[in-house]
Amino acid sequence: MISLASDRTSGSPPIGTVRVAVIVFPGTNCELDAAYALELAGAKPDLIWHRQAQLDDFDSVVLPGGFAHGDYLRTGAIARFSPIMGPVGEMAAAGKPVLGICNGFQILCEAGLLPGAFIANSGLSFICRFVEVEVASTSSALTHGTTAGQVIRLPLNSYQGNYVDPTLTGRVVLRYMDNPNGAQGGAAAVANEAGNVVGVMPHPERAIEANLGSEDGMILLRSFLGAGPIETGRTPVGAQPESTRSGG
Amino acid sequence: MNVDEDAVPSDEEGPNEEGPEQTVHRLLGLTDEEYGQILSTLGRDPRPAELAMYSVMWSEHCSYKSSRVHLRRFPTTAPWVVVGPGENAGVVDIGDGWLAALRIESHNHPSFVEPYQGAATGVGGILRDIFTMGARPIALWDSLRFGPLDQPRNRYLFKGVVAGIAGYGNAVGVPTVGGEVGFAEHYSANPLVNVMCLGLLRPEQLVLATAGPEGTMAVLLGAATGRDGIGGASVLASASFADESANKRPSVQVGDPFEEKKLIEACLELYERHLVVGVQDLGAAGLSCAVSEPAARAAMGMELDLDMVHVREPGMTAPELLMSESQERMMAFVHPDHLEEVLEVAERREIRASVVGKVIRGGQVRVLHGGELVAEVPAASLTDDAPRYERPLGEPGWMEDLWGNTVKFMAQPAIATSLLQMLAEPELASKAWVYEQYDHMLFLNTVVGPGHDATLLRIKGTNRGLALTTDGNGRMCYLDPRRGAGRLVFEAALNVAVVGAEPLAVVDNLNFGNPEKPEVMWQFLETVEGLAEACEALGIPVIGGNVSFYNETEGLDIYPTPVVGMLGLVENMPSPAPRLDRVEDGMDLWLFGPEWSINLAGSAFEKITFAHVGGRPSPPDPTMARAAIASARKLAGAGLPVIHDISTGGTAIAVAEMCIASEVGATVAYSDWRHLFCEDPHRFLVAATPEQGNTVQSIASDIGIPAARIGVFGGSEIAFDRRGVKAVLDLAVATTTWQNAIESRLS
Amino acid sequence: MKVRVEIVRRPEIADPQGVTVVRALRELGFGEVAEARFNRTIVLDLDGTDPLSARARVEEMCRRLLANPVIEDFDVQVIE
Repeated sequence: MISLASDRTSGSPPIGTVRVAVIVFPGTNCELDAAYALELAGAKPDLIWHRQAQLDDFDSVVLPGGFAHGDYLRTGAIARFSPIMGPVGEMAAAGKPVLGICNGFQILCEAGLLPGAFIANSGLSFICRFVEVEVASTSSALTHGTTAGQVIRLPLNSYQGNYVDPTLTGRVVLRYMDNPNGAQGGAAAVANEAGNVVGVMPHPERAIEANLGSEDGMILLRSFLGAGPIETGRTPVGAQPESTRSGG
Repeated sequence: MNVDEDAVPSDEEGPNEEGPEQTVHRLLGLTDEEYGQILSTLGRDPRPAELAMYSVMWSEHCSYKSSRVHLRRFPTTAPWVVVGPGENAGVVDIGDGWLAALRIESHNHPSFVEPYQGAATGVGGILRDIFTMGARPIALWDSLRFGPLDQPRNRYLFKGVVAGIAGYGNAVGVPTVGGEVGFAEHYSANPLVNVMCLGLLRPEQLVLATAGPEGTMAVLLGAATGRDGIGGASVLASASFADESANKRPSVQVGDPFEEKKLIEACLELYERHLVVGVQDLGAAGLSCAVSEPAARAAMGMELDLDMVHVREPGMTAPELLMSESQERMMAFVHPDHLEEVLEVAERREIRASVVGKVIRGGQVRVLHGGELVAEVPAASLTDDAPRYERPLGEPGWMEDLWGNTVKFMAQPAIATSLLQMLAEPELASKAWVYEQYDHMLFLNTVVGPGHDATLLRIKGTNRGLALTTDGNGRMCYLDPRRGAGRLVFEAALNVAVVGAEPLAVVDNLNFGNPEKPEVMWQFLETVEGLAEACEALGIPVIGGNVSFYNETEGLDIYPTPVVGMLGLVENMPSPAPRLDRVEDGMDLWLFGPEWSINLAGSAFEKITFAHVGGRPSPPDPTMARAAIASARKLAGAGLPVIHDISTGGTAIAVAEMCIASEVGATVAYSDWRHLFCEDPHRFLVAATPEQGNTVQSIASDIGIPAARIGVFGGSEIAFDRRGVKAVLDLAVATTTWQNAIESRLS
Repeated sequence: MKVRVEIVRRPEIADPQGVTVVRALRELGFGEVAEARFNRTIVLDLDGTDPLSARARVEEMCRRLLANPVIEDFDVQVIE
């Protein structure tokens, strides 16, 4: 496993040529915001419907927030069976940057691409407000462009935001300063071992301009776009989405 | 009255001479006179399905039969109005190639019966009104009223309504960016849930609810039809609560935000590709409305085959199918050439679509079920020719007594104690407990969000912004409906002006008691007059509205509660925008507005500290209103950091709100303590650096509005100073009290 | 045939709803309540008549979709 250092960006393609697939499930609702923010950060985002079964043209993938399949049964439970999740799994295995935001994070956990799961916030209320998180690890696609301990202000917007990880294998890369939802270890963002797959519960794409309350999300998005492929030590397999289930 | 599902006519029993309808029509909420009108329209006894259609279409909720003649009083035209009242939403031109669609509606009665689902389906319904017009819904506001939170039932209703709005709005993916919450005993038995929605569209995407020419296909999109809310339209929305509300629980509809989200995206694609002639959402009167209104607008008829409707449960009768209020359904009118493409969009978007009818010549609505004709009535008889009433009205005998019932103050009260007491009251306290449960940031437009005088949304790709607010004040309107209503319009206009907007259009939600009482009709007419006068004074059209009558329980009517939704346009977005949290140490506090008249009638101060509601509120002053609005806009444009309307709670509360938001104290000079709590209209506060003092003064003198520097910000106390004698409230104490007031009452 | 599936959150995983309900019950005077756990019940109506194979199929459904093995266990009962 190669840990990500912030100088990795020097070997990565310029952000302006990074092609990002923004995945849209029925019930996803942050896709336009994610695309807007990624474009503002200089990338070339495309909205990709969940029934598509290949992502050959893309350098990285974002699973945006929302309520895929209405959050029915369990948040993320049905979305992981969508045809698009096969190629998402392949990209993850190939070391390409994969980011799940909020509901996208939940889907990545259900799909086994990240360890852990989500339960209701400890206060049993939906929480929509700005929170502060600190960088716990710079070894991830999302955080390699930050410095350890750096405090970042982002909007949180979730009901099932309470992260649990009985396996204790999730690597916390962003940690709440004032844990608002009871997340285990204060986890606001978690990465896989290689660092190329990251889930983040608060919304970096909502913190992109000063007049929206914070620009800090841009730091994370630029970091993600500048990450480039990461050596995972695994060979990409044509994994069907289901077979990735217990891989975490 | 109390109607249950047994009252739904069974279509197995055909019409007969005596007719079970002779009594059934009353159970369905139709009067004997209305039944007579049906007989003379049809020239025969109505069939059960026909009676069902008339009962829902002629309900107060759908027909506006008690209010329609009076609503003509409103000014409704202006060069920027694209669609006025009468369609599903009003539409105005906001420039740079954009139109804005705006609508407000109430869901009071359903929310009392089942707060979560009542509020949730209210959100779903208002969204459909907006995307029916071709617009993408981009923001929601809620104006809510409950009884005091010390009663468990009110806490249950309050929590349920907020959870329902959050549950539906967040999941459907439309942010709830503002609104208001009020509390008074008069709403204990009858909470108010008014929801406003804003949509944006390009002019070429505008769709109207018309059926189109002969041969146009009627395609039912979305959820399956079930027995939800059978009779709900006429029973829940038009009758008062007399008995146990639990009996009415089966009539409550259940919302599915996921279905609605898919429906929004599918419809927007249909509009973008110009695949539909017209669209009508299925609201309170379900299929009955969705076929008759578009047909009547097109001066055409419609044939509807109920066997083609996709249903959730087997064995539904024709009346049940026609009256069902199942949510998340839309009727699209499609040219046959486009049918295949429409069905393809529906399949890809994972929603159901059924061709259920077609437009026919002749103006009749013909309904088939099981291969038989079950209804044939003129479309217009259900809509335009519905009954209209000029109900009797009379000034309530209690008005003179109310006006004379004023508080005689013997001595100056303890100002700091009173202020703290007011900050602890849910009516004035922080509403963060409410709006932090709502996604209020989605779509990246929210520049000034909930907790301010108005919401400011930017329009991406332009330098423009829209400012919106909802305002209501039942206490003032109870004390003087005309003055109270007029003041609301001026206040709402000032609220959008403080973030730099020019007031552009009004929607109103008129919540009243039983219109069969002359006193209630008097309140209603006075309110309409007050709203109309104020809109005329500002040159703002009313582009839509909603009337909710029968807000009474066991004979107790609610306060007359008009809610004004105001849309304002900012042509050049201020950056950064004025916000309450931008006060800094060393800034000056300025007061804009006319000399005080010192009238505490209807004020929060009298209500909270003396439990008193009486006296007669001051009248609005159109000249001063215009000056206040113009000066506030100019100040926002000139970069002043904070401009804040003085409203409920008066100057003392307005100053405290600025201090708490900005975490800085203030010292305010006053001459008469009553100035601190007076709520007279057309006044606002400004925070300005000393260097901005000249700008502030020159704007005031250019426009001709009095302005005075009354204080300075700094320190850790909110202090009121009269000739060196200070009343002092610790800012930290004020902040904690204000922030925790609602949550502490709920736990 | 009807099969009842009970999805049970594993004991080591927190249940915020349960904690809240325990607190409320105790305030109401039910001090004997030590714990409350929320489960989810799903009733499936299946074609077929063989309870054994139905049970096996439903267990497979649980493993693949209905339960999340990270935090949940399940129990399957053929009820009619």
